[in-house]
Amino acid sequence: MANAAAPVIDSFTVTLIIRRFNPEVDSEPKWVDYDVEMYGTDRVLDALHKIKWEQDGSLTFRRSCAHGVCGSDAMRINGRNRLACKTLIKDLDISQPIYVEPIKGLPVEKDLIVDMNPFYQAYKDINPFLIASDKPTKERLQSPEDRARYDDTTKCILCAACTTSCPVFWTDGQYFGPAAIVNAHRFIFDSRDEGAELRIDILNDKEGVWRCRTTFNCTEACPRGIEVTKAIAEVKQAILRGRA
Amino acid sequence: MAIRPAGTLYRGKVGMWSWVLHRISGVGIFFFLLVHVLDTALVRVSPEAYNIVIESYKTPVVGLAELGLVGAILFHGLNGLRVIAIDFWSKGTKYQAIMFWIVIAITVLAVAAFTPLHLARVFSH
Repeated sequence: MANAAAPVIDSFTVTLIIRRFNPEVDSEPKWVDYDVEMYGTDRVLDALHKIKWEQDGSLTFRRSCAHGVCGSDAMRINGRNRLACKTLIKDLDISQPIYVEPIKGLPVEKDLIVDMNPFYQAYKDINPFLIASDKPTKERLQSPEDRARYDDTTKCILCAACTTSCPVFWTDGQYFGPAAIVNAHRFIFDSRDEGAELRIDILNDKEGVWRCRTTFNCTEACPRGIEVTKAIAEVKQAILRGRA
Repeated sequence: MAIRPAGTLYRGKVGMWSWVLHRISGVGIFFFLLVHVLDTALVRVSPEAYNIVIESYKTPVVGLAELGLVGAILFHGLNGLRVIAIDFWSKGTKYQAIMFWIVIAITVLAVAAFTPLHLARVFSH
């Protein structure tokens, strides 16, 4: 058995350059590089785990499900917002180092961890729950067509990849940001919801949808493939028409 | 090892770069208009001074800058139509990238067609 020709799985060495910041020691973030031996099936998250578990236990980052559902590990990988758990290393240019840094526009707490509270606050502000006047005594029915109207924006996992890819949000932290607008869209275009006017009123603000400059960074960054800029454009239209 | 002091530049695609170009061309056109309003207003102060200022523009450097101005106005105007289409046309967000390349193509072709005519005039005096 020992001599059986076990198939050799190709591995490769890849350099990760990680933007690190320890608030107890550093005054400025700094780049630190690590060499790791990886396989073609490994993701950036696996490389971060390998560094944390085998080289430097102080490396700090968020992750929970590690399968693209919880939205914890959004970070900037080679200059673009991605989920570390959905980015295969072999899909990046491994002849070059891989740059990993925290998402931009939210205060960095430590290494790849940012303070998500401003992001969640914008989400809360758009009332992300069903607003209905009747008592929920039975199921609220909806036609498949009505359900399809807002299907795209139900996919959001609140990872903040879109909001922190937005050049407007980087310079204006008061802007609601793409994620909050996407989640407003999810209810504004829901036929069962009666809060469209309220949400439209909230987003018809100088820090609301009109801050959007259609750079499409959000659409490109979304790990769930939501057409974010399109959703924002539809909310703009709803405001102009005064109704969803 | 410190590689670069700042973070990396965000690698956005054509949507982001069209916005950057739109901003730069917009600011450039603003400064042109500022100077243009001032020099034109000068004719009310003194026609002689106006003539002196306008005469001072007739140099190759200003002539080349005028090419840049034409390019900036073409890009800014056409990209403005693209942005309107993104906001008001239901398929605008889907075709934003192709619309960007159409804007670039028209701008480049128009500037290329204008350049020989313009430079012939600039270098004739």
